[in-house]
Amino acid sequence: MKNIIKGKVFCLGDNIDTDQIIPAKHLVYKTNDPEERKLYGRFALSGLPIGHEYPFVEKSENKSVYRIIFAGKNFGCGSSREHAPLALKEAGIETVIASSYARIFYRNSVDGGFFPPMEFLDNSSKKHSFKTGDDVLVNLKENYIEKIETGEKIKLKSLGFIQEIIEAGDIFAYAQKKGLTNEK
Amino acid sequence: METNVRNKMTLIEKILANKSGKKFVRPGDIIWANIDHLMTHDVCGPGTFALFKEKFGEKAKVFDRKKVVVIPDHYIFTQNQHAQRNLQILRDFSKEQNLPYFYDAHTDNYKGVCHVALSEEGFCLPGTILLGTDSHTCTAGAYGSFATGVGNTDAAFVLGTGKLWFKVPETFKFIFHGEKPKHVMAKDLILQIIGDLGVDGGTYRSLEVGGSIIKALNMEERMSLCNMAIECGGKNAVIEADEVTLKDIKGKAKSSFQVFQSDPDYKYPFKKEYIGDQLESLVARPHSPDNITPAYKLGHQELSRAYIGSCTGGKLEDFKAAAKILKGQKVKIDTFIVPATTKVAADLEKESFDGKSLLQIFKEAGTTIGKPSCAACLGGPEDTFGRANDAQKVISTTNRNFPGRMGSKLAEVFLASPYTVAASSLTGKVTDPREFLN
Repeated sequence: MKNIIKGKVFCLGDNIDTDQIIPAKHLVYKTNDPEERKLYGRFALSGLPIGHEYPFVEKSENKSVYRIIFAGKNFGCGSSREHAPLALKEAGIETVIASSYARIFYRNSVDGGFFPPMEFLDNSSKKHSFKTGDDVLVNLKENYIEKIETGEKIKLKSLGFIQEIIEAGDIFAYAQKKGLTNEK
Repeated sequence: METNVRNKMTLIEKILANKSGKKFVRPGDIIWANIDHLMTHDVCGPGTFALFKEKFGEKAKVFDRKKVVVIPDHYIFTQNQHAQRNLQILRDFSKEQNLPYFYDAHTDNYKGVCHVALSEEGFCLPGTILLGTDSHTCTAGAYGSFATGVGNTDAAFVLGTGKLWFKVPETFKFIFHGEKPKHVMAKDLILQIIGDLGVDGGTYRSLEVGGSIIKALNMEERMSLCNMAIECGGKNAVIEADEVTLKDIKGKAKSSFQVFQSDPDYKYPFKKEYIGDQLESLVARPHSPDNITPAYKLGHQELSRAYIGSCTGGKLEDFKAAAKILKGQKVKIDTFIVPATTKVAADLEKESFDGKSLLQIFKEAGTTIGKPSCAACLGGPEDTFGRANDAQKVISTTNRNFPGRMGSKLAEVFLASPYTVAASSLTGKVTDPREFLN
C-alpha cells in the first residue's frame, strides 16, 4: 500500500450508485483480458446523470486525468458488481474518500485489492473548498487529505481491521499470510 | 450492545456463531464462517471463475461441487456477442467442474431469475448461509437464512475455500402488527421501511422483520420484502422460519437446515413498529428507492410505460395480483410482463382467475409478454426486452430507480407493488389500486 497518493481530485455528491459508476450494459467485458478490461476504465462513471459538470474520462480514452475521488455518503450503493471498483481502478483511481460507503462496494474494494476506501473522520468534510481538478495529496499513514495550493486538510478515519487485508494486497494474500488457505 | 447479557443472540447471530464454530458472537466480531451455498450468474460468474483459477491454479477444483449453483439469468435473449460469450464461459466451467446445479440458458434446464430459481430449487433454507454474486441475494432471508451479496473476489475465495470473513452485523428489528389492508402488498411494506431508514439507514445492519402481518404472508411475498433490504443498505434481511416456511421447502431442500429464533428478550439497538391499518400503497419516485409517496397522492403523475417483472415483482403471486386488476380491462400504456422464471411462465398458463388463465388475462388486456430473465430491470444490452431506451416514464415492480437503471438516463422510474403498477397501466397515471379492487 502506498502511503502518499498525489493527483487531481474528482468531486461527487451523495448516493453515487454502481449503475452510475459502471452502467449495466458494460458488464459484459472480460475482467481477465488485459485489452477488454481497459473498457471498464473507458466507461467508468459514464452513468453519471446528464448535466454532470465534467466528464470523468475523456471520450475514447481509457484513463482519467483524476487519481482521487472525493464523495459524499453511501458511495457505491446498489449492485454487488465488483466491476465498479475495478472500473475506477482501471481509470486510474488510487483511492476514494467518502463520508460513507455501501457495504458490498466497500468490501469489494478491500478484498479485491483495488484501492483503500477512506472515510472522513467527522463532518468537517462538509465545510471544505475542495473542487474537481484541485491537486491534492492523500497521506494514508497519517490519515488526511490536503489541498496542495492552500494547505487545507481534512482528517480521515484509520482503516481498522481491513488495514491488514489492504497491506497484504487482497483477501487471497491475507488468508495465505494467516495460514487460512493453501493456494497454488 | 453492553445491554445484552452474554447469552442473548438474534437468529442471525446464532447462524453466524453456528457456522463459525463458536458458542456466541456479538455485533462487530470478525468471524470466518463456512458457506452452505454459493450462487453466481452470467454477469459475475466469468470474472469469478477466472479469478478462482488465477488464485487457486488452473487445475483447482471447487470446494464442494454440490454447494455451487450457477444460474444464468441477466443477459440471455440478446444478440450481444460478449454476453453470448459469457454464457459459454459458464457452460465450460460447469462442465469442467462437473457442477450438478447449473441451469444453462437455451436448454430445458433453464430457470431464469436466480433469486426466484434458488427458492424453487430448494437452496433457500433456514439456518444456512447463502452467498450470491448479486446484491439481491438477500431475498433468501425470507426463509430464515443468512443470505447476502458478494463480489467476484469474495465468490472466488469461497469457491476455493468454502469460507469467508464477516463482521457480525447489528440487528434492526421491524414489527408489523395487526392485519395488512387488502390493497397493500409486501412491496409496500419494504418501501415503507426504506422510506423511513433512507437509502443508507440500514447500512451494515441485519434487518429482522416480524409481526402478525409478516406471519400471514406467503413465501413469495416474504421474498419481495427481503429482496429490497439492500435498497436501504442492509447486509441482509431475515424472517424467522415458521410452518409456512417448512411447508414450502418440504421435499425440495438441497441440504440439511436448522431453524433458529432470536432470543425474545434481546435488546435491539433500533426497533420500529407499524400498525396494519396505517399502511398504504406506496410509490418510490425517481431517482431513489427511499423517495416514497402514497400512490393516492400522485394521481396527477402521467406515465408512458408499465413493467411487471424481476426478482422483486415477477413471481407467481405478483402476477396473480396484477391479474386481479387487469381481468377484463385494457391497458392504456405499453405494459410489459416478464415472468421471473420458466416455472412462473408455465404457471401463468396453469393458474386461473375467474375462469381464465393469467396468460389469457394479460393477453386480452393488451400487455406484451417476454421470456423469463432479468430483462429490463437493470437496463442491460440495448436489445433487451422492455428496456427504456428514451425518456420513458415507467412504473415498475422492480427494485431500483437510480438514474439510467432501466436503460436511458432520460428515463424516469417509479417503483410500486404489482397492484399499483397494474392499476396505473389501466389509467396511464399513478393510480391507487383501491380504484380497481373491490
